[in-house]
Amino acid sequence: MNNHKTINITLKVWRQQSPEDRGRFEIIPVEGVDTHSSFLEMLDFLNEKLILQDKEPIEFDNDCREGICGTCGMMVDGIPHGHGKGMTICQLHMREFNDGATVVVEPFRARAYKVIQDLIVDRSPLEKIIQAGGYISVNTGGAPDANAIPVGQEKVEEAMDAAACIGCGACVASCPNASAMLFVSAKVSQLALLPQGRPEANIRVLAMLKEMDACGFGNCTNHRVCEAACPKEVSISHIARFNREFLKAGLFGRSTMDK
Amino acid sequence: MWVPKNPGDNRRPNDIPANERDYYLEKKYPSFGNLVPRDVASRNAKQQCDAGKGVGPTGRAVYLDFMQAIKRDGKAAIARKYGNLFDMYRNIIDEDPYETPMMIYPAAHFTLGGLWVAYNLMGNVPGLFVLGEANFSDHGANRLGASALMQGLADGYFVVPYTLAGYLGDAGNSDVAEDHPVFNESIQSMNTHIEKLLSINGKRTVEDIHRELGRVMEDHVGLARNEAGLKKAIEQIKEIRAEFWENVKVAGPSDRHRLNLQKAGRLADFLELDELMAIDALNRRESCGGHLRTEAESEDGEAIRDDDNFCHVSAWEYKGEGTEPELHREPLVFENVKLTQRSYK
Ligand code: FES
Repeated sequence: MNNHKTINITLKVWRQQSPEDRGRFEIIPVEGVDTHSSFLEMLDFLNEKLILQDKEPIEFDNDCREGICGTCGMMVDGIPHGHGKGMTICQLHMREFNDGATVVVEPFRARAYKVIQDLIVDRSPLEKIIQAGGYISVNTGGAPDANAIPVGQEKVEEAMDAAACIGCGACVASCPNASAMLFVSAKVSQLALLPQGRPEANIRVLAMLKEMDACGFGNCTNHRVCEAACPKEVSISHIARFNREFLKAGLFGRSTMDK
Repeated sequence: MWVPKNPGDNRRPNDIPANERDYYLEKKYPSFGNLVPRDVASRNAKQQCDAGKGVGPTGRAVYLDFMQAIKRDGKAAIARKYGNLFDMYRNIIDEDPYETPMMIYPAAHFTLGGLWVAYNLMGNVPGLFVLGEANFSDHGANRLGASALMQGLADGYFVVPYTLAGYLGDAGNSDVAEDHPVFNESIQSMNTHIEKLLSINGKRTVEDIHRELGRVMEDHVGLARNEAGLKKAIEQIKEIRAEFWENVKVAGPSDRHRLNLQKAGRLADFLELDELMAIDALNRRESCGGHLRTEAESEDGEAIRDDDNFCHVSAWEYKGEGTEPELHREPLVFENVKLTQRSYK
């Protein structure tokens, strides 16, 4: 905490005024960046200066700034969320950059993501996939007994690992096919692993896959870049589980594919 | 939790021997020690720092020390319970919390709602249901604000499936059209509001003014407050609001995505809400809901409630810009449980 210093960097940042605009890179020097600031705080710091100079600030998505909401996300030097391992871009700090570095910042790119402005993309297709089946149906009202359905600790841990997915969409941005498979498989797994998720398991996996295709995401061809890019380190073993769930549903389940 | 006994002792925490550390919570609350509720822990941390005993480069921190627990239970056991928090700390501070005590300080979390609702969770606008932390129903009941998990469950699982469905059943399917005069009116007023924000074109950014407001709230409307401080805060907030509407600089144009414009709109709201919070706090001359009113503090630093005069919810009615809000008192009635003094001694 005491190794407090400032650095100067050069941002090569994507500027795009609207989805229709072609967009371009802009080179902006940023001087006096506190190394204890996070990457987003560095952008705030720059935006303050831009606003006072009557220039347009760089638009970017963010909310919690502690790696739990999945709202932030951008390509930094070609890597989703930058080079910090197991962290979102809001958690990456400027001490991880060298003085004098040129840092390339772009929005997440995929066919299914429309660039809204600068670094902000429309990731609502991920929500559409959830709406298609990423839930369980329960009757509200009476409080269920906490121990009514026993679940083994190992299963709980595995389901929790899948549930660590914050839906930031970095997997899509990292994938050469722009596939959302890591996201979808995590959302299928977290429910498939628990007894509460079993009754609708077949319908769920088919519906979510169908929606993923409809949204324009590609398919998985086992590149595994998603696993490396995931800020929550979600394992691609969930994709294997997804495939098993898909097979089971195809063989034994009532199909919803033609609905 | 501890601070060095000697203010200004700037040795590394691990180099300070146990007899030169002040484990202030354990000393003050022998039976609960470090397990006191968070309002008590927060207030005591701030008191230590205010007394000049804070640590770290800013002096606004106390040590949260896991060294003994790690020695007792092993690193793996601690990592299993708190691993993600420890990782977050390391990311932010660039120090390993498994090796050296963490520096912590209470900070404002978020405003935590407080909108008035009736028993069925509908607010004073018909059809507008307010769920979870946004409403006031459990505000201050067990902590400084509301409670996300408990209210998410209670409101979402048990209450609103009945009350909202009931309302919709009664209200039926009315036509909601975008050409309704009320709809046009609110679009109009929103546009005027946005244009006004953009046209000021002053010399200070939204962030800059927000920070100034935050400091006033932290100093005078925070964990511990008193009459003089609150009166001062109300004056200062008025001044900051005037400054905002004269001197803020908001980046346009408005026909595009503008985070900065969103923030400006939010800050304009905060400037009203924060004043109301200060007025409400000034009005409540007792220590309640985790907030300490320093005039209502026992000799050994405990919060004193005044149930004869303040056993009520203060619901403030907005009366328009520039007009004092109106207070409605809703008595709190306890039928089965008696009110007692909380004690963590
Ligand atoms: S802003 Fe929430 S994860 Fe980054």
